[in-house]
Amino acid sequence: MRRTALAATAVVLAMGLAACGQGSGGGGSSADDAAQVPADPATVTGTITVLTNRTDQVQDGTAKKYAAEFNKLYPHVTVKFQGLTDYEGDVKIRMNSKNYGDVLSIPNSVPLKQYPTFFASLGTSADLSKTYDFTDHATVDGKVYGIANIGTANGFVYNKAVWKQAGVTDWPTTPQQFVDDLKAVKARTGATPYYTNYHDGWPMTNWGNALGSPSCDPAANDKLATTKDPWGPGQDLNTVDSLLYDVVHEKLSEADPNTTNWENSKALIGSGKVATMWLGSWAVVQMRDAAEKAGKNPDDIGFMPFPTQKDGHFCSVVRPDYQYGVNVHSKNKAAARAWIDWFVNRSGDARAALSISSVKGSPLPDDLKPFQDAGVQFVHMAYGRTAQVDEIDKASEIGLNSQDYPQHIVDVARGAAGGDKDSIFDDLNKKWSDALGTVG
Amino acid sequence: MSAPRTAGRTPPARTLPPPDAARSTTRRRPRLRRRGGAWWFTPWLYLLAPLVLLVAFTWLPVVDMFSYSFTDWDGISPTRNWVGLDNYTDLFTRPQLFQVFWVSLFYLGASAVQICAALYFATVLSFDTRLRNLFKGILFFPYLINGVAVGFVFLYFFQPGGTLDTVLHWFGVGPHLWLGDPHLVNTSLAGVSVWRFMGLNMVLFLGAIQSIPPQLYEAAALDGASRWQQFRYVIAPSIRPIISLSVILAVSGSLSVFEIPFIMTGGSNNSETFVIQTIKLAFNFNKTGLASAAAVVLLAIVLLVTWVQRLLFPDERVEQS
Repeated sequence: MRRTALAATAVVLAMGLAACGQGSGGGGSSADDAAQVPADPATVTGTITVLTNRTDQVQDGTAKKYAAEFNKLYPHVTVKFQGLTDYEGDVKIRMNSKNYGDVLSIPNSVPLKQYPTFFASLGTSADLSKTYDFTDHATVDGKVYGIANIGTANGFVYNKAVWKQAGVTDWPTTPQQFVDDLKAVKARTGATPYYTNYHDGWPMTNWGNALGSPSCDPAANDKLATTKDPWGPGQDLNTVDSLLYDVVHEKLSEADPNTTNWENSKALIGSGKVATMWLGSWAVVQMRDAAEKAGKNPDDIGFMPFPTQKDGHFCSVVRPDYQYGVNVHSKNKAAARAWIDWFVNRSGDARAALSISSVKGSPLPDDLKPFQDAGVQFVHMAYGRTAQVDEIDKASEIGLNSQDYPQHIVDVARGAAGGDKDSIFDDLNKKWSDALGTVG
Repeated sequence: MSAPRTAGRTPPARTLPPPDAARSTTRRRPRLRRRGGAWWFTPWLYLLAPLVLLVAFTWLPVVDMFSYSFTDWDGISPTRNWVGLDNYTDLFTRPQLFQVFWVSLFYLGASAVQICAALYFATVLSFDTRLRNLFKGILFFPYLINGVAVGFVFLYFFQPGGTLDTVLHWFGVGPHLWLGDPHLVNTSLAGVSVWRFMGLNMVLFLGAIQSIPPQLYEAAALDGASRWQQFRYVIAPSIRPIISLSVILAVSGSLSVFEIPFIMTGGSNNSETFVIQTIKLAFNFNKTGLASAAAVVLLAIVLLVTWVQRLLFPDERVEQS
């Protein structure tokens, strides 16, 4: 009797609360008017909240300095920062409400076609693509919803001193030569030739960004939307993943991938205990810092392109970093837009990070000078069919940008999971083509 | 869920010798009041806070989860479409999604070890052992540590050339890739789980053992029972309900292992459990609908296993007299 009464109360309570929950949810109509850069800075008022994954900048005061600089131009805007350590996870959940800041880096997990639901348009693609690179990565129906601050080139961060000690001074030009060079590193130095960063996982997702490097094709990503076997022989993903597989299979990577540590890996490469890691150009600064802390020469840290050549030159894919968007529910869209405009164009953040500014015509950062000197071609990927590629990727549960996919390759390569290189590629091809069939 | 109910079930009063006076009065008083009718809702007032919390943070999300499982919601979109049983069909036509339950067997084996160890320590510590409170503290302590911290501590512990390898080296055992070897990883992780949860089992057992009337031991000792016989014929039967509760918790726990493997390996290298797989479906592949369906199925499996278990080993009333 007592239990029945209790259960009944619980049900009533649950239903009441459920009703409340449904009442407040939903919403999210997209505003048609674009958030324009205000013409007169003095008239812009309001408080904006900037969500950022750069917790380091929030903590060391860099963010505050930027805000102070911004206030010189826009005196009546107050800028607040929220640094989020688990940026992707936290923001994605917050996007179920209306409260996800005014300016935010667009999480990777938001499908492109949903951008208009969550973000205010920043202008037309025709206009903005004249000034900024990578706008097509966030364009839906001719409107741009996000502007990147920086782009990153992809390549191998390597310790020159260690490679030199192994007798290698020239960049390898074929995957085979790269593997041979790593073997030389293993044989002649005490260093671990390659470090996967398997445990942290996210550094591994950069392997997916090598797409486009072997073929030197800006349309490599778009072509995935129609390719049935992206891991077929000669395809980019085949070349890239084969290299990862071979490096691990030849035991040229660390002994136990499950206990790798990202923070520690910086010190390892800085001090020459690790020779090579596949990362973005953004990592070079951090590795140089680590080298300095380890009492070594920061100039030992170098950056080399993916070891393939097309028509006699290397290619390095340049991809946008997080793109900044304006919350469609923001009450201060003008101020938010002003912040993005100021941050990308005037803050100098891209230069400070030695990254490629997304503003067209900006000079290349110092750490990519060797690339320029060696005639490496920078491939700016086209993202016309990103929405479709995304959809196939999710439907197939491959996750080109998730860590499970390269981790599985490493597992198979080191014999920890069943199968071999061919079976991985067959499996991936099958998943991809199946998903291609289900997605319109 | 059936767990707390079992734990709280007290033997019916009439089969017992008259309980002590204080208890009987507290029991009777509310009944009298209720008959009076004035303050019948007082207990409900006290219950309000926990009930609201329970409903808001457990029942409401569960109800929502059930409704998501019939939609194609991707986790962020403000709209979602009703797809009926599609998610369940999808789930049950992909047997590879259920293969991860093999991993649970490692944790099930570990729970057996855990319960035996907990029984042993609880029995030993229930007698007059020197420094027993210190040992109780030491054994219970791991349960108090945050799971994330445990994960990180053991990550260093298992590193090649880490603590475990160093200690084993003194005994001439060669280094192993505790987390890197696909045949070893689940054993290592299950070991961490034993370390962490053994203390909780032990405290439960200890509490039950201490409620055994001391005259039973005296009688047993007079009859010349050894320590083992005391355990076998006095302690074990008396704490049977708690043991069966622990087994139920262990089984449902092994089916839904999450924290330790998620932090330590992220489910890589053959250590993926059903819950980790569900999380990945929901948050990496934006298939919240399918993931909700998977969670509902897991709930059903746990309930089913518990039911079968209760059917096979019914809860007998224990009479301590």
